[in-house]
Amino acid sequence: MAAEKAEMDALKKECDGLRAQIEAARKAVNDGSMSAAASGVASVGRVQLKLRKTLKGHLAKIYAMHWSADSRQMVSASQDGKLLIWDCFTGNKLVAVPLKSAWVMSVAFAPSGNLVASGGLDNICTVYNIKAASPKTLRELDAHTGYLSCCRFLSDTEILTASGDTTCCLWDLETGKQKVIFTNHIGDCMSLALSPDMNTFISGACDSLAKLWDLREGACKQTFSGHTSDINAISFFQSGNAIITGSDDCQCKMYDLRSDQEVICYQDASLNAGVTSLALSSSGRLIFAGYDDFNCHIWDSLKGEKVGVLSGHDNRVSCTGVPDDGMGVCTGSWDSFLKLWN
Amino acid sequence: MTSNSNLSNMRQLVEQLKLEASVERIKVSQAAAELQQYCLQNAGKDALLVGVPTGSNPFREPRSCAIV
Repeated sequence: MAAEKAEMDALKKECDGLRAQIEAARKAVNDGSMSAAASGVASVGRVQLKLRKTLKGHLAKIYAMHWSADSRQMVSASQDGKLLIWDCFTGNKLVAVPLKSAWVMSVAFAPSGNLVASGGLDNICTVYNIKAASPKTLRELDAHTGYLSCCRFLSDTEILTASGDTTCCLWDLETGKQKVIFTNHIGDCMSLALSPDMNTFISGACDSLAKLWDLREGACKQTFSGHTSDINAISFFQSGNAIITGSDDCQCKMYDLRSDQEVICYQDASLNAGVTSLALSSSGRLIFAGYDDFNCHIWDSLKGEKVGVLSGHDNRVSCTGVPDDGMGVCTGSWDSFLKLWN
Repeated sequence: MTSNSNLSNMRQLVEQLKLEASVERIKVSQAAAELQQYCLQNAGKDALLVGVPTGSNPFREPRSCAIV
């Protein structure tokens, strides 16, 4: 008993020491702020985008949306129990996928365009083949012990999931089995994003931390703190060297992976609503962040200033996405509509 | 039992912190400069920054022109 307590105390001391070491190392490289460095960069001015289309079809709150890699099709998920696949050029609905469980929280399009996946309070990630004559369930990935908050395809044979059971998981779609389980968060995982080079991914959780993971080894490589509440949204900056997070604490933050710390915070005294979702414009200069205040606010990622707003929804903006070609931004809301802006 | 799992959790935490402590860090000023450079280099092709020409806007309804 005494020996165990002694070891426990020694380990605690070692942890404290390591934490202090990490903070000191971060401080040592903190030789200037992002916003100060951006003082010489020209302002983007007021960003005023126009509403181009309102996509009507869902009968209840929209919880998630994801663009296809072709930058034309898009899939949306609503608690009316359906996934809808849209042609965003015409506004037409192409496919409707009825869900076994209406409590959907996440949806994803495979890069090939052949598959979509969704999941939610059923704890299951279901993968559908949408190229068949009528949508066919390909796999039901059932091993998480908590809700499915986010899913992203790597390809038609691998998918990454984030769950309220505090883990993320890489699945093999050919066998339907878990390949790698990522454990380290101590709160529900809410969001994940794949790195542009597909070797790593990032996750945001209710423990207010963002973590960077090695996809193949399963190890957590870096942990980013600073938020004071759940991280609901997370995205890579296109260069792969920085990440953006959005939180219930009403702030977005950019963390640089190579300096291992927060480099800029996007906050405004007048914004008292949590961030639900975020997406970057193709150069990374603009951050589109969806908030509980029914708006999507636009931030200058380099200067940390609010430069515009997308207003028009009658309820919380729950999801935001920019297609790969960067031609527009889509917002989805609890008001049951999706809007396309550019 | 409980004390054993607490101990092994603690050992894992130490290993994890060691891993995170060993990361090589670059200066924030260098990181900021590179992020800026990326944005500025790609700004010209960012449709949400520079705008989409009316005729080739994929999300816009094609309209016939009227002289007002």
